[in-house]
Amino acid sequence: MPRPTTRLMTGESLQGAGHDCDQRAQAGDHCHHHHGHHHHARHVEPRPVDDTALISARGLRFARGGRDILQAVDLDLHTREIVTLIGPNGAGKTTLVRMLLGLAPPDGGSLQRQPGLVIGYVPQRFDIDPAIPLTVARFLTLGPAIRPQAVKQGADAGSPIARMMSRLRDMLTGRLTGWLTGAGRAQSPAIAMVLAEVGADGLAERQLARLSGGELQRVMLARALLRNPDLLVLDEPVRGVDYAGEAALYSLISRIRDERGIGILLVSHDLHIVMAQSTRVICINGHICCSGVPELVAQDPEYARLFGPQAARALGLYRHNHDHSHDLSGAAIAKEAPASGGNGADGGDGDSSSSSNGKGVRGKGK
Amino acid sequence: MIEPFVLRALLAGLGLGLLAAPLGCLVVWRRMSYFGSTIAHSGLLGVALGLMFSLDLTVSVLLVALAIAMLLIVLQRQKLLPMDSLLGLLSHASLAAGIIAAAKLSGQRLDLMGYLFGDIYSVSWGDLTWIYVGAGLVLLVTAGFWRTLVALSVHEELAAAEGFNTRGAEAVFIVTLAVTIAIAMKIVGILLIIAFLIMPAAAARPFATTPETMVGFASLIAFAGVAGGLALSYQLDLPGGPSIVMVLALLSAVSLMKSVLVREG
Repeated sequence: MPRPTTRLMTGESLQGAGHDCDQRAQAGDHCHHHHGHHHHARHVEPRPVDDTALISARGLRFARGGRDILQAVDLDLHTREIVTLIGPNGAGKTTLVRMLLGLAPPDGGSLQRQPGLVIGYVPQRFDIDPAIPLTVARFLTLGPAIRPQAVKQGADAGSPIARMMSRLRDMLTGRLTGWLTGAGRAQSPAIAMVLAEVGADGLAERQLARLSGGELQRVMLARALLRNPDLLVLDEPVRGVDYAGEAALYSLISRIRDERGIGILLVSHDLHIVMAQSTRVICINGHICCSGVPELVAQDPEYARLFGPQAARALGLYRHNHDHSHDLSGAAIAKEAPASGGNGADGGDGDSSSSSNGKGVRGKGK
Repeated sequence: MIEPFVLRALLAGLGLGLLAAPLGCLVVWRRMSYFGSTIAHSGLLGVALGLMFSLDLTVSVLLVALAIAMLLIVLQRQKLLPMDSLLGLLSHASLAAGIIAAAKLSGQRLDLMGYLFGDIYSVSWGDLTWIYVGAGLVLLVTAGFWRTLVALSVHEELAAAEGFNTRGAEAVFIVTLAVTIAIAMKIVGILLIIAFLIMPAAAARPFATTPETMVGFASLIAFAGVAGGLALSYQLDLPGGPSIVMVLALLSAVSLMKSVLVREG
């Protein structure tokens, strides 16, 4: 499948304040920046909606309190794509995701979804309130009705009769006693399979509130996958997960894409660490700054040393260098210093047409 | 032999226990006990207004409770005051208004103590019919929205993104809460209704592994509290509703002690 070419949006400058979009452009992509002069998005000739995309957005705008939080966002998400959305805190990433999910109506622009599109959503990491007793199995069955395909994938549920029999067996062996004991529908083949798929087997009877960050993310992922989504949206999936877990999660996500052939949208606030398997990285800060293919730096010996060759192979890094940054109120956002182990992180200036930059190794700064 | 008024009290308590278990669990999960108290306190205003305009008291309590709930939902949109301050404001304003309205009403038409603390022994067969019809309806509706309500309690945004009708469930929950309060007012009184909702749920939590088992245990604990409380009040000649609440409090304390002493995980 040809990688869809996304024309780069030229964002509107924010009231003369230099917006932080000094993204090192990737080969084949261009970042048009017009620092210093005001460039209005409506001057960009509109592109037609992409009918092959799972979701196609044109000129999306979202405003709160008379201020644009997001503007002129064009975005196409295709099947089998892994698109990573990066940007600093407050850049509007979550707002954009909420619009794509249909949770927040846009204040302008158009949003087209493929008819019958099912989106699996993994929200930003949250704490499960321990006041709610909830086993992993119950949490998974709590989701909306599982699509038939998911049932079909189940062990021996080929024919309708077999499916009915397994249901009946389920009910007699599991449900009646399970309702009281809480063992519930853990035996359900669809749930067992999806837990195995995300590497969370054996967690079915654990209490949700007692899972570790990585375990919880896998369970959230399992829950999203249970619906057999066409598009998986993950908001900061590696937040609160340790480094080794991060690599494992990233490789899991890319395996899910390969095996299920679905589209994936990842959101990250960490400007320096982006999944290597991303087909496209989109940098936003109130608007789309630029987008492109991430470079692989997995072969970097420093990575192999830091995280082991396995992790290094799965984890790619993409450096986004901020020469200057401002938030909307004009306060400077502290520029992050290159990490201790940061070899290869040149301090080169943001020449946005250069394609040789953008490679760098970042530790996590702790 | 059980005397008829004790039997009626017992039946009323059990009906209320059945009703209170699922709603009480939801109130605990969603941290809405203060919200519930506020709606309950508005009950007094409902009684006063009902007497003033000669309406059926259950209906007027229900209407005022719903009005206060709507007001809260609208006020939630403003960001200057935190929710608990708003709740305190409305809760005590409606309580004060209710007491003033009650004082202004001629004669002893309004038994203030009766409404504040309830009188379970004065429940009539007619009241019992109300209780069981109301409980049946509330349980049916709650069961219908159960998945959505639990999903909402876990993560509202996720539930909305997954296509659950969160707005509808929210409205249903508030209406059922108002109905429950209107029903329970006669039995345990305005000030103790929330105790009846949250105590069985609180006592059930340490034993539960899923939302449904928590509701099951909460029902059993509520039944035990009603039976124990009524026995205690009958033997020692104590007020009925408060005795039930005391037994429930004791059960909750023992149960929570268990979870403190036997630390799991």
